[in-house]
Amino acid sequence: MKQVLEGSHAVAEAVRLARVNVISAYPITPQTHIVERLSDFCADGRLDARFLRVESEHSALAALIGASSTGVRTFTATSSQGLALMHELLHWASGARLPIVMAEVNRALAPGWNIWTDQTDSLAQRDTGWMQLYCETGQEVLDTTLQAYWLAETVNLPVMVILDAFFLSHTYEPVDIPSQEQVNGFLPDYQPRFQLDTRNPCAFNQLAPPNVYMEMRHNIQQAMDQVLSRFGQMEDGFGVVFGRRYGEVEPLQCDDAQIILVTSGTITSTSRALQQQLRADGERVGLLKIKLFRPFPADAVRRILGGAQKVAVIDRNCSFGAGGIFAQEVRAALCNLSARPLVFSYIAGLGGRDVTLDVLKLIYRHTKDCEHCPDDSIWMGLHEVHHAT
Amino acid sequence: MLEIRFHGRGGQGTVVATILLAKAFFRAGYYVQSFPLFGVERRGAPVEAYLRLDEDHIWVRTNVYQPDHVVVMDKTLLQGIDVTMGLKPGGWILINTSSIPPNSEQFSRYRLAVVDATRIALRHRLGTRTHPIVNTAMMGALARMLEMPPLEAISKAVEEEIPVRPEQNIQAAKDAYDEVQLVGLTGPELQSSAG
Repeated sequence: MKQVLEGSHAVAEAVRLARVNVISAYPITPQTHIVERLSDFCADGRLDARFLRVESEHSALAALIGASSTGVRTFTATSSQGLALMHELLHWASGARLPIVMAEVNRALAPGWNIWTDQTDSLAQRDTGWMQLYCETGQEVLDTTLQAYWLAETVNLPVMVILDAFFLSHTYEPVDIPSQEQVNGFLPDYQPRFQLDTRNPCAFNQLAPPNVYMEMRHNIQQAMDQVLSRFGQMEDGFGVVFGRRYGEVEPLQCDDAQIILVTSGTITSTSRALQQQLRADGERVGLLKIKLFRPFPADAVRRILGGAQKVAVIDRNCSFGAGGIFAQEVRAALCNLSARPLVFSYIAGLGGRDVTLDVLKLIYRHTKDCEHCPDDSIWMGLHEVHHAT
Repeated sequence: MLEIRFHGRGGQGTVVATILLAKAFFRAGYYVQSFPLFGVERRGAPVEAYLRLDEDHIWVRTNVYQPDHVVVMDKTLLQGIDVTMGLKPGGWILINTSSIPPNSEQFSRYRLAVVDATRIALRHRLGTRTHPIVNTAMMGALARMLEMPPLEAISKAVEEEIPVRPEQNIQAAKDAYDEVQLVGLTGPELQSSAG
């Protein structure tokens, strides 16, 4: 039934419906509402799970690595510095091939202290072997959390379900909360291939010398490749039950587009509104939303963007010294095409600065009017800075 | 699309008011979006929250800069904050106050409505004597001012969401619905041009 739900609570509802067994988390704004709601569910019996309170995010993920190793479904949520503190164990979770699901609420890293949205926290973890799924609406957050368990348990890799701070985590909007029967029809019980079991003693995570380590890492790469081929199958199954699908990427009116905006997260929503306005004015503008970032859907990106004249990638993140991270990935995906679009890289909205219709319009106009495409990222809306002397 | 901005102080239930109104408008058939001004909230400090409603899906996900209407939960905010910032001409300003503000010419391009929500909240013992919770009264006044959402939708939202004194909260909304003064346009220009 559809009801007006906060984005954070959409995550919590999905975790409840996924019949998660162990939750461990350490509170950090703006993620806190997720685990607050889950602790309510555990306390009142709506969710039969162990909620482990721990003293840090590092411990939260360590607890889940232990729990997941015993073959149960697990969940945690964090943001920003909390995710950074987990870094060591992010590698451990993927290396141990544990299907842990985490909600990551994008928040800027300090200093300066900032609780607002910014993707640099999650994108800085792009090489840790976790799938990354970026969400746009409360409904997508709920659906993607369910899908995350399917994907994680199918290829034995952990998943981050990523949502913008406040613009999604603290925003109330209509969301359909499915029934338990519907969810059970999509997401079967977790059947671990390996687990810690005293009746069947095994050793896990032992020394891996050079003669085996490389194959283990190749297996992770293969599992990531498998995600790209299994994503459609997963969405077919999801669509049968729920009648919705998102795609690893979502192209909107890209076929005839001269300029295609590339977005992720909630900037996509506002870009949809802009696209409607520009199309009404006769502008041939397309929009490509990238939902799946790891593994990167390079084939789909090539197929959709390859025919455009210009592409404008909007990044709410920065890899210092290299620029917008989505733009780097898009450029890399296109670089071997014989004919390819100019790829403009824009950085906007860091630390929660609002990416308004006007900002997006400026990006579109600049891309349209600019003959020469700069290699570097273009920072949108910078204020004049007076330096202390 | 309608955009409404709420000004309050931490502890008055401002954010909750936007959530409950979102639920009430959704019940009445609207698509809705509500969110607080994303900041660090503290009791007594100024807070802002927003409500968007439309008959169609709302795509835009930015802050609200040009609201159609404004709700002021605490009249002391009028001294420190320009509550009319970005407000569209002709928009309503609903203020929780016992009397029409003496400097109401600052609202001359807008329509003014006043309700003594503090007195109503105290009457129904909502919150404490020093910190009455005025949000449900302000919701009732807004329902009269905008002629939506229906009071029944507000009552349902309160019943579902407020575990503390739901009946008194519903009665506070009803009292405010009856007691709100719709002053309307206050400036001479608009009064004459409005005919």
